[in-house]
Amino acid sequence: MNKRNKKLALLITLPLMLTGWASAQSQVEKDIDKYREMIAEGNPADLWDVKGEALWKKKAGPKNVSLEQCDLGQGPGVVKGAYVSLPRYFADANKVMDLEVRLSYCMKTLQGIDVKDQNYNKDDHKNIVALATYVAAASLGMPVNVPQSHPEEKRMYETGKVAFFYRAGPYDFSCATCHNADDKRIRLQGLPNLTKNEPAGRAFTSWPAYRVSNAQLWPMQKRINDCLRLQRFPDPKFGSEATIALSVYMGVNGKGVASLAPAIKR
Amino acid sequence: MKKTTYILLPVAAVLLAGCASMMPTDYKKMTKDMMFSSFQTKGIATIDRLNQDEIQAACSDAELSGKDLDPGTRKRLEEQELAKVKYPADGQYFGDWAKGEKIAQSGVGMAWTNKADTVNGGNCYACHQLSQKEISYGTLGPSLYHYGKLRGNSEPIVKYTWGKLYNAKAYNACTNMPRFGHLKGLTESQLKDVMALLLDPKSPVNN
Repeated sequence: MNKRNKKLALLITLPLMLTGWASAQSQVEKDIDKYREMIAEGNPADLWDVKGEALWKKKAGPKNVSLEQCDLGQGPGVVKGAYVSLPRYFADANKVMDLEVRLSYCMKTLQGIDVKDQNYNKDDHKNIVALATYVAAASLGMPVNVPQSHPEEKRMYETGKVAFFYRAGPYDFSCATCHNADDKRIRLQGLPNLTKNEPAGRAFTSWPAYRVSNAQLWPMQKRINDCLRLQRFPDPKFGSEATIALSVYMGVNGKGVASLAPAIKR
Repeated sequence: MKKTTYILLPVAAVLLAGCASMMPTDYKKMTKDMMFSSFQTKGIATIDRLNQDEIQAACSDAELSGKDLDPGTRKRLEEQELAKVKYPADGQYFGDWAKGEKIAQSGVGMAWTNKADTVNGGNCYACHQLSQKEISYGTLGPSLYHYGKLRGNSEPIVKYTWGKLYNAKAYNACTNMPRFGHLKGLTESQLKDVMALLLDPKSPVNN
């Protein structure tokens, strides 16, 4: 069977495999891993990567310039290695920014495109998802190295940690409710222990990811947003300090882990 | 007299500044402010959900520090929660286990994507094994398969189970399990259906 047919066969049989096993959960997870491995080569996230690269290089906006002078923390225009070292403190904006917020900042300052944060994942904002995928892909395999040298970066780690354990809402949930123990799952979905190095690093570098279940590409802001929805919290604003602080907490915990993004998820 | 005041003021200012820089940074206060500025009301998920009650705050602190609540605080908080349990006024604890199974399956409710009149689920399967037929169950909570078969349905077991569903924190202050009755995740009649799912000898949980 050639690779393509193998993939196809697995796509067809996987749902049957998933429903067929009663107690062999680890077997199911192994099969899901195998499935991920086989489709990873054909990850539809590649489409966003290609679109993102074009957007990065294309002159656009009222100022008609590209994003090639955008400083993602490694110097103007440097894409490689940027993803694994974000969020970080930027002196020009005097705050800690994650990749998506920094891209929005560059679109505004360089191109004059005023991306409306409240239009998250709509209009101009949609381009941020593609750009983030392009930037993330350039760090594939590189070790996570979210900086902690600036006092603001340290402060964000500490507040991110407190936020991670902050129980509230009608279910008394915090992030830690689901992500503070090893080998737990919700239904059949495995839950990473985000307080530990390896799972934190893998989770941190898994987004942007293509989600097979809804055929959408989700960047980290969207991933955190949906976690908090399921936590039954109010809506975290795009790029808000709490979302960045949680990202810093996760990234610092995941130091040294090889980057996986863009990943493919259930 | 006036003169003395003028002389002392700068001294006091220097002393105060010294104290402030020696004080540990209050990350908890900082985080609380950050939370309220970062979130916004969306639909039924209003910003006031970020206000913690006493037990939420105490358990957040304990989990952040990685230490258990001290035994005195734990006992006091659990008693406080137990006092909030409302037992069914009609003395009837059991509804329909088949409806209970549907409630256990449904994860709908309480999110900003839901409405105020959405019929909430209990989402029990997200964390617990219940009926043997359902293989898609989570492991955050213990298996409840054969819950009633193993325990019987004596009055203390019935009352305990009701209390656990109504306000799980009454028995284990920092449990991950929501307080379904106290915080209105489920109605009294839904709680009775879940009781039947757990304790009815005919329920798939006990077969």
